[in-house]
Amino acid sequence: MDNLFILLLIPVLSACILAFVKNSQTAKWIALVLSLIQVVATVPFLCNFVPDASMQFESTFTWIASLNIHFHLGLDGISLPLILLTNGLVPLIVLTTFGKTFKGNFYALVSFMQAGLVLVFTALDAFTFYVGWEIALIPIYFICALWGEGDRICVNLKFFIYTFFGSLLMLIGIIYLYHQTPNGDFEWASFKALQLPGGIQRYIFWGFFIAFAIKIPIFPFHTWQPDTYTNAPAAGTMLLAGIMLKMGIYGLFRWLLPIAPIGTQIYGAVALVLCVIGIVYASIIAFQQNDAKRLIAYSSIAHVGLISAGVFSIHIEGMQGAMIQMVNHGISVIGLFFIIDIIQQRTNSRNLSELGGLAYRMPILAVFFLLIVMGAIGLPLTNGFIGEFLLLKGIFSTNVWYAVFGGLTLIFGAVYMLRLYQNTMLGTLHAEHIQVKDVQGYEVLVLGIVSVFILYLGIFPNALLKLSEASVIQLIQQIK
Amino acid sequence: MIELIWLIPLIPLLGFVVNGLGRNYLPKKLIAIIGCGAVLTSFIISIALFSEVYQDRLAGGDGQIFKNYFDWFTVGNLNVSFSFLIDPLSSIMLLIVTGIGFLIHLYSVSYMSHDDGFGKFFAYLNLFIFFMLLLVLGSNYLIMFIGWEGVGLCSYLLIGFWYKNGSFASAAKKAFVMNRIGDLGFLLAVFFILDTFGSLEFSTVFSQATGMTSGDSTLLLITILLFIGASGKSAQIPLFTWLPDAMAGPTPVSALIHAATMVTAGIYMIARSNILFTLSPITMQLIAVIGIATALVAAFIAITQNDIKKVLAYSTVSQLGYMFLGLGVGAFTGAFFHVITHAFFKALLFLGAGSVIHAMSNEQDMRNMGGLKKALPITYVTMLIGTIAIAGIPPLSGFFSKDEILAHAFFANPVLWGLGLLAAFFTAFYMFRLLYLTFFGKFRGTEAQQSHLHESPWQMTVPLIILAILAIGGGLLNVPEALHGNHWLASFLQPVFADSQAIATPFHLSHETEYILMAVSALAAIAMAIFAYRKYVSNNEIPKADGEETGALYNLSYKKLYIDELYDKVIVQPLNAASRFLYKVVDKSLIDGLVNGIGSFFVFSGKGIRQLQSGYVTFYIFMMVLGVIAIMLYGLLYS
Amino acid sequence: MGTIVEQIQGIPLNHYLIFCSVIFAIGVIGVLIRRNVIIIMMSIELMLNSVNLLLAAFSAYHGDASGQVFVFFIMALAAAEVAVGLAIVIMVYRNTKSIDIDSLNKLRW
Repeated sequence: MDNLFILLLIPVLSACILAFVKNSQTAKWIALVLSLIQVVATVPFLCNFVPDASMQFESTFTWIASLNIHFHLGLDGISLPLILLTNGLVPLIVLTTFGKTFKGNFYALVSFMQAGLVLVFTALDAFTFYVGWEIALIPIYFICALWGEGDRICVNLKFFIYTFFGSLLMLIGIIYLYHQTPNGDFEWASFKALQLPGGIQRYIFWGFFIAFAIKIPIFPFHTWQPDTYTNAPAAGTMLLAGIMLKMGIYGLFRWLLPIAPIGTQIYGAVALVLCVIGIVYASIIAFQQNDAKRLIAYSSIAHVGLISAGVFSIHIEGMQGAMIQMVNHGISVIGLFFIIDIIQQRTNSRNLSELGGLAYRMPILAVFFLLIVMGAIGLPLTNGFIGEFLLLKGIFSTNVWYAVFGGLTLIFGAVYMLRLYQNTMLGTLHAEHIQVKDVQGYEVLVLGIVSVFILYLGIFPNALLKLSEASVIQLIQQIK
Repeated sequence: MIELIWLIPLIPLLGFVVNGLGRNYLPKKLIAIIGCGAVLTSFIISIALFSEVYQDRLAGGDGQIFKNYFDWFTVGNLNVSFSFLIDPLSSIMLLIVTGIGFLIHLYSVSYMSHDDGFGKFFAYLNLFIFFMLLLVLGSNYLIMFIGWEGVGLCSYLLIGFWYKNGSFASAAKKAFVMNRIGDLGFLLAVFFILDTFGSLEFSTVFSQATGMTSGDSTLLLITILLFIGASGKSAQIPLFTWLPDAMAGPTPVSALIHAATMVTAGIYMIARSNILFTLSPITMQLIAVIGIATALVAAFIAITQNDIKKVLAYSTVSQLGYMFLGLGVGAFTGAFFHVITHAFFKALLFLGAGSVIHAMSNEQDMRNMGGLKKALPITYVTMLIGTIAIAGIPPLSGFFSKDEILAHAFFANPVLWGLGLLAAFFTAFYMFRLLYLTFFGKFRGTEAQQSHLHESPWQMTVPLIILAILAIGGGLLNVPEALHGNHWLASFLQPVFADSQAIATPFHLSHETEYILMAVSALAAIAMAIFAYRKYVSNNEIPKADGEETGALYNLSYKKLYIDELYDKVIVQPLNAASRFLYKVVDKSLIDGLVNGIGSFFVFSGKGIRQLQSGYVTFYIFMMVLGVIAIMLYGLLYS
Repeated sequence: MGTIVEQIQGIPLNHYLIFCSVIFAIGVIGVLIRRNVIIIMMSIELMLNSVNLLLAAFSAYHGDASGQVFVFFIMALAAAEVAVGLAIVIMVYRNTKSIDIDSLNKLRW
């Protein structure tokens, strides 16, 4: 059961099945069951995983022999947490749509995207990786363009072309590296073993970096993100923010750093500065946003800026912090977007100036919301704290001042997150919201699961940190 | 008992969970029993623990107990364990937190009995106790930081307890954000400590620091950052404006969090890290200066405030300034002594004020009070005791602790002492002003309020009486040598401060000087009490209504030195403007404009080039012919 | 047999070249300046036939029959092309009531 193909096979088959389900009630249940099967299928990998630096569960077959392309999959400590995140979050995201009437085609796209994400996180062949990278983009484009709101076509076109542009730069880099390998293959291992001269690594660095930076997104490549998040349907936003942007950060870990260590040494500092600017910049913009979704979108830019800064700190604390914070951010952001979605469904608004006092009618939601907000601003004993602490410590070890500016997120985060909380939950209730009902059923289930993870990872983060430690240490040794 | 340490924080946490989940289902009585019982249990265990530490001290040990529970997280060489440290300092702090915490829980049972959020209130209080205990018990800076931020959260929740009022919610946010500014300082200090000492455990850090030279620049940085952290939590200049606003919370909260326990966390932390501070004299001077400045500014503002809780809030800020002055001049024991006595009398005063507010049907403005002496005899007597104690009139507790700080200040720098004395003048004046305006003269409220006046029930008066007794006798803990005392507290805490004492210049004043200092400060307090009596009781003066003409100085004090307005103009508004500017101009127009500009470039060039597709076949053929001719010419010329 | 070839060869090759170029140019100019589709098609035929003539001439000079085979090939092709072209012209005429080439400008941006 521990062949990685099964993790690709299940979502692809799910997509095929779901595509033909017309009834929305049936579709959501089938989607949930199938995504849970995927969770069950993931368990053996977690159980049999040995927390050392090696590549495990490797499986490979020749795909396009003439070009020496192999369908090569494998897991190590860096990819496993992301596989867990992907396969864990998809059922939750499916569950968040239970109040809506999506047909099977929606869930088919979600499953298809899951397959692409799993492929990205397990691929050990650059060609396979690139295929997964693009495959994941197609379903989310349709999810956002078909079920979105507002100016969705235009916004999505921009999102698609922007990220696609980045991918092309990466593709050029991949093809170049392919020609440099002694045997002419796309293997991750042979790319890693290349040890190109510094002059060439610079170009490789920027090619890959821009591709990942657009996806993450790092300042100043972020402008597609707030519009896309705002106009996408809630589930689409969760997929984008919860899982998809981790593709970029994972890319930094898996491809950029090992392939261009010298390039990283030269330009890592520039990237780090961009990340730190992004943290402060996005936080300040988030202060005055009135659209709750847009506010969280900007806060998300700040958070992932911190995560990427941790990666570029090339310190064990910062990189481990990035690993754990990727998972944390995924969990928190799903909770946040779900809550905004709930509020929007009940009140038909997510404009902060039109909301307020909802805690009076929705006390249970208020409790969950508070916990998730606290997780997002990194209160100790929630998951966010461990991540932020380690990330800032890593950045601190690189440069004290970056840590000071990055640390401003502690203050700014509190400002905009509490503003979000206050303007929705506290204050006086608007007359037209007097009939609003509290969360129930599946909503409590989703928020409960999210809350449990927020607390569990806050108190016992070692469970997650242990998985990636050896791999991260090895990566650092390789770069230094 | 050592095996039960983990129960001390865990029981209030359980109380929080039970009350939090059952807040709408459990009967109020049960909620009250769970809430109070949890803290009482912790208190009992704390007493047992204290006696164990005390026995150990008597036997000549250093009274330290260390318990490691589990690894919180490990990354590379960084290992943070979840472990507790009990020593004389924390054992006393435990008693204060759980003891006074219990009294205030008891008080709240009655005070909050009519509130819809009764269960929620007790859940929050228990959560607060849990975090405060973590802060006290933590054996390293990060466990302390859990508590440190956790109490900030509880403070947020409890200030905004009546969240339907938008301004209360804003006050809560302000408190949280200002605390966070300090927390960033704390966190950066933690990073520096980690870099310098390679560990966050108190024992490792302090033993390594002992070997460092005085004035070390890293230590200077660490201590200043720690002090920023402390000044956020303990409301010192420039981060003190949140505390007066925090009075939006229910009164027991003000007593527990914003007077007795949480706000003293900064002092506790600095006392805990005393060796680091002793080794950086510059920071010590800074702390002393900030402390005394805060004491004076807050006292100056308190003089003219009319809201009974606001007066007490500024008084708290001022007293905290005193404690920092004490820390700054190296009187760690004195500062901690003042923490203890202040916890007694300030909790007493707040609870007394709560009793008054309760009786006055939620009226807080002293201009509408007066003459409550008869209606609220117990409240009056206990508040009188609290006032005498805080004013520093012997032989009540405040006199001893304040005197110890002032004596050390005199020894360090007579100017500091002079300023401290001035603050003491203010303190005595505004406290007696409060007392007279509330309890003396004629009743100035509405008739409805008058008919409703009543002494509070036993759940409220018993805590008042107990606290009053403590406020009277608390001074006995540390009677100075000059008064033939045995400095019990100082000798009990000796192992905590031993390393600092070995380095610092030993404190020495002749007994005559000490007597004079004591006499001066006591006389000053008494003189101000009499002055206030003449002003507010004999002459029946009442503070002016809002909008009436007042002197510039009065106005400055009444308007709180315009500090809130200043912060608003200098920090909040520019940041908001920056936010709008960055969003609209930089993000939307500049960066996104550039991205869209690249798209538009292709769109426009496409528009230009497509003009060639005219649709006229002849035009196409003509172009083709031209092309053929061009190719032929090329072939002819270059072949 | 040789007589025709000799007669052809009796005229210098340059004359053929110039002659064919002139006819070809007339065809091109006809295509470019006339707007009547029928005349344009005739001009195209003119261009094709000028090339045919040249091919025949070269074939005779080189003594290689494949050039003339090619001519037949082109003629067959031209016939097919005219058949299709005239069919299009008729359809165009039915739809637009004109055979003016400039009325067919729908295929543009």
